[in-house]
Amino acid sequence: MTQTLAASSVLPSQQTDRANALPVAIFLILALVPFGAAFGPESYVLGLFTRVMVFAVAALALDFICGYGGLVSFGHAAFVGIGAYAVGILGAHGVTEMLVSLPVALLAGAIFAYLTGTVCLRTKSVYFIMITLAFGQMAYFIAGSLAPYGGDDGLTVRLRSTLLGFPILQNDRTFYYFVLLSLLVVYFAFRTIVYSRFGRVLRGARENATRMATLGFDVFSFQRVGYVIAGAVGGLSGFLLANATEFVSPAYMSWQRSGELIIMILLGGLGTLHGAIVGAAAYLLIEETLGGITEQWKLIFGPLLVLIVLFARGGLLGLADRIRGRPSRG
Amino acid sequence: MSTGLVVVQILNGLQFGVLLFLIAAGLTLVFGVMDFINLAHGVQYMLGAYLAVAFYALTSNFFITLLLALAAALVFGLLLEFLVFRHLYDRDHLEQVIATFGIIIFLNQAVKTVWGAAPLTLPIPEIFSGSIILMPGLLYPIWRLVIIASGLAIGLLLYILVGHTRVGMLVRAGATNARMVSALGVDIRRLFMIVFGFGTMLAAFAGAMIAPILSVEPGMGDTVLILAFVVIVIGGIGSMRGAFLAALLIGLVDTLGRSFAIDILRLVMPPSPARTVGPAIASMLIYVLMALVLYFRPSGLFPARGR
Repeated sequence: MTQTLAASSVLPSQQTDRANALPVAIFLILALVPFGAAFGPESYVLGLFTRVMVFAVAALALDFICGYGGLVSFGHAAFVGIGAYAVGILGAHGVTEMLVSLPVALLAGAIFAYLTGTVCLRTKSVYFIMITLAFGQMAYFIAGSLAPYGGDDGLTVRLRSTLLGFPILQNDRTFYYFVLLSLLVVYFAFRTIVYSRFGRVLRGARENATRMATLGFDVFSFQRVGYVIAGAVGGLSGFLLANATEFVSPAYMSWQRSGELIIMILLGGLGTLHGAIVGAAAYLLIEETLGGITEQWKLIFGPLLVLIVLFARGGLLGLADRIRGRPSRG
Repeated sequence: MSTGLVVVQILNGLQFGVLLFLIAAGLTLVFGVMDFINLAHGVQYMLGAYLAVAFYALTSNFFITLLLALAAALVFGLLLEFLVFRHLYDRDHLEQVIATFGIIIFLNQAVKTVWGAAPLTLPIPEIFSGSIILMPGLLYPIWRLVIIASGLAIGLLLYILVGHTRVGMLVRAGATNARMVSALGVDIRRLFMIVFGFGTMLAAFAGAMIAPILSVEPGMGDTVLILAFVVIVIGGIGSMRGAFLAALLIGLVDTLGRSFAIDILRLVMPPSPARTVGPAIASMLIYVLMALVLYFRPSGLFPARGR
């Protein structure tokens, strides 16, 4: 049993070095951005790349359940929003301590994922896409009705989270590295999970859930644990987002946001993990660049998405692979 | 909560449900037969409304406008099918979602560029303007009744088309097992095109009919699209009967919920929290309904696809 699984799993050891080159490069670039930014419009560049990494965290979680678990969630923005609201609501009550708000954000995302996952995972394929969308919309409307916390208008986070009372995130550059560290931790955590026994079961269920069930795995429980992990990491992304924008609003949970996250992971290349980071960066940078050229940037961006789907199968990474003459990854 | 108000809200709910049905019908056909998630279906509804406004400015006659708008929407829909959708049928759902999401982004912006971001209006056709007396002291706009009637008529037409014609038989067969239909010698691509064109026209028809009582603006298709998806998922993908019943159900639940949630909540809680919680519960109601239906019937109420 383990042999068949091992044989079908990706990343044979001889490819490891090559497969590692890109993630290493990505994190190296991200680590060096603040130094480059010092020569230009520093706060703008730092802000932009902070946003890239915040969304990359959320996209990683989505890539984990979607690319490896085969569960296309169209309500992923809800987790991000819930994490953000955890920071916002605690902040409104004067609690800015990270040791409180960070676990709360993670836990809130995890609990929401556990409850909705219990219902969602009963359904398959399109029905799953739609029911996760429904729960996302529910979270969106609940957030909009939180009258004491700004309702539809959202609420301002007056103070970034503190650590043991010290305002360590107040400095933009420190905050940037804090987000980078979070991204790094999340990336390696997911890598570990994906290649663990748990990850193999999850991938096995993606390929053939019936066979995995016949082998004696409780597929539902495995998928739910995966979903809860993704929810918690979504909450983490929300924690970072609230601190980055110093603002929380129901718009964070809108279905367009969930759609954008799906675009990001598809743009980078599904089921590669580092593809999620590339995709988040590509999406936000394209948006930023086109937005700088013309106000009508969506006229270009929309068709661009269509072209990417039609001609760049496997996302940007797949495209890069094919240009270099390597077979596209599966 | 007077009887009159309840009657009016039930009619409003029916009118909303019928509108949802017109959109969901096309969606469920395309989805059921081609296994294709068309997020761009909502912007086709929006386009129908905008085309109606544009042609009305030229012709000043609603009925000619309606015909022209339907024809234009059909041509545009088939063009989209030819250029984009045709290449997506074999792809997985995720890629379909992204590509059609791209089309939404494009069309919402294109409409804003051509017609401006401000909401537009379309007058109600002369003969159907004004209101009718339903009960003593109870007026109801005729145009809304026209929408209900035309929606029910199209429902009947679809029932006959899908249930009792050859094309309908192929559509039903396609929804059950498209590959088998193709193997039996039916030109499935042509069937897809017919179904797709028809669905586009239904969405555009819904847009043109609703334009006189709704403001026509960019993004108007997005909310409706989500609701239409809720409808077809509750009804069971590919099932026309399911879409019809689910559309009326959603229309009624949503409208009645929005109108009476606060009143009902006041029976069990003090007025002030009821006023804050009410609207939230009302907007969530249909999603709760959907979650419940899918929990007990994971493939909707009337699943079409055989296992």
